[in-house]
Amino acid sequence: MASIRFDKVQKYFGRGEKRTHALANIDLEIRDREFLAIVGPSGCGKTTCLRLVAGFEAASEGAVSVAGKRVTEPGPDRAVVFQQFALFPWKTARGNIDLGLRNKRMGGEERAKRIADVLKLMNLDSHADAFPHQLSGGMQQRVAIARAYVLDPEVLLMDEPFGALDAQTRVVMQEELVRLARVRPRTVLFITHAVEEAVYLADRVAVMTRRPGTIKEIVDVKSMREAEDWNRFERIEDVMDLDSFVHLRTRIWKSLREEKDS
Amino acid sequence: MGPKLSRSDALGLGGLGLAGFLGLWGALSFFGIVPVEFLPSPFAVGSRFIDLFAEPFAGFTLPQHLGSSLLRYLYGVLLAACIGIPLGLAMGWFHLLDDIVTPIFNGLRFIAPIAWVPFAALWFGTGIGGPILIIFAGAFPPCLINAYRGARFVEPRLVEAARMLGTNHGRMLTEILLPASVPSIVAGLRVAAGLGWQSLVGAELIVASAGVGFMMVQAQASVQTTTVMAGMVAIGLTGLAIDVALRQGERWLHNRLGLD
Repeated sequence: MASIRFDKVQKYFGRGEKRTHALANIDLEIRDREFLAIVGPSGCGKTTCLRLVAGFEAASEGAVSVAGKRVTEPGPDRAVVFQQFALFPWKTARGNIDLGLRNKRMGGEERAKRIADVLKLMNLDSHADAFPHQLSGGMQQRVAIARAYVLDPEVLLMDEPFGALDAQTRVVMQEELVRLARVRPRTVLFITHAVEEAVYLADRVAVMTRRPGTIKEIVDVKSMREAEDWNRFERIEDVMDLDSFVHLRTRIWKSLREEKDS
Repeated sequence: MGPKLSRSDALGLGGLGLAGFLGLWGALSFFGIVPVEFLPSPFAVGSRFIDLFAEPFAGFTLPQHLGSSLLRYLYGVLLAACIGIPLGLAMGWFHLLDDIVTPIFNGLRFIAPIAWVPFAALWFGTGIGGPILIIFAGAFPPCLINAYRGARFVEPRLVEAARMLGTNHGRMLTEILLPASVPSIVAGLRVAAGLGWQSLVGAELIVASAGVGFMMVQAQASVQTTTVMAGMVAIGLTGLAIDVALRQGERWLHNRLGLD
């Protein structure tokens, strides 16, 4: 069981006069093997939510726990995929993927096998020995996802992972991620500002308010996806044409829009 | 800045500057404006420079003096790099170490390398240790400071990614901070090489029994100004050669690491 829990979390940045209230009373549970997307206006603190789970930031009040354990520092049980990839430029794709396994003191044979698996899974076979700067943005993000997946993490934290990609690459990566979620389901916290992306990928979509960020509402997508059998379609545009998809997207969009206008 | 010149134009202008400098210098001594004992002519210095390749002065030929200078220099700079770079990286990562070392370091680094000469003489006499200490004093601060800055200003995302992957402190230093700091460290090494070379000659003026600086002191004692200036030419040209070699090395490394 690897659920993520936010327990009455408050987060402030700075102190004294300059103190800003970033997150207000976040109470949220992401269930085991659930894919939850957070959408919200820019600066609402959605990335801060992810950074709390990752252990890059500490909550000012309240607690964040993963699989029942309180988060105190970063660790390989909570793999992060960053918007700007954050690959080590001096390591090859293989070297980037290998670091986390070496840190686990895993034997050479086991590592080679795991790396070969994940390279295949992400269609990276022919790029294993390329350096990041020799790869396109989409390929770099595949390496970053492979680096996270190879650790077999309990939860996967994705911070606008496709935000830096062009529109076409983005669509391909979204389809890949859906495929990946079916083959190797994980508990996923996915941050995005793109409503369509959230509805296409997530089981539930949490909408955040403007700063100080709170969870405004949580929209269930999974029951609609199963009822209307979205999974029969391979391509994202076919899903996006469905009335049920449009309905959910519009509903979330309106909810978000209220935040942007107020 | 004005328009960028082509390479050949820049070289031409550089040559013009050099010719002007030599012309002015030659005129000063040729017309007797400055007596030749004080400022020998460029030709005299040039031919003395060439003579010194075959003719020993103060026990050795110029290449032999240069050789012993370069050996000391190499030891001093290597020692500075071997201590300064790891210490700088560690200070950039461990805040406790930073807080302990920085005040001492900031006090010591403003002492000119030459100021160590009395201690170098006292501790090492005319042995090789003295000049090495002085070169070390010149080359150490830029090695440490640049490694420190490199480690301090690594892209925070990369450090976060490494921590998320469960990277321990040792590996963080060697596999993340060190490679990320290479451009800064190499720039520091270039400064260190320059400062080390300058301090070397200062050191040899006082504590050595061979080397270019030693040769110059001996020449000065017998008022052989042409030999002194030939030594200066040797120092300048060698310093230039070291800098050119390091620039090439820097470029190669940047290509290798996929920077720029």
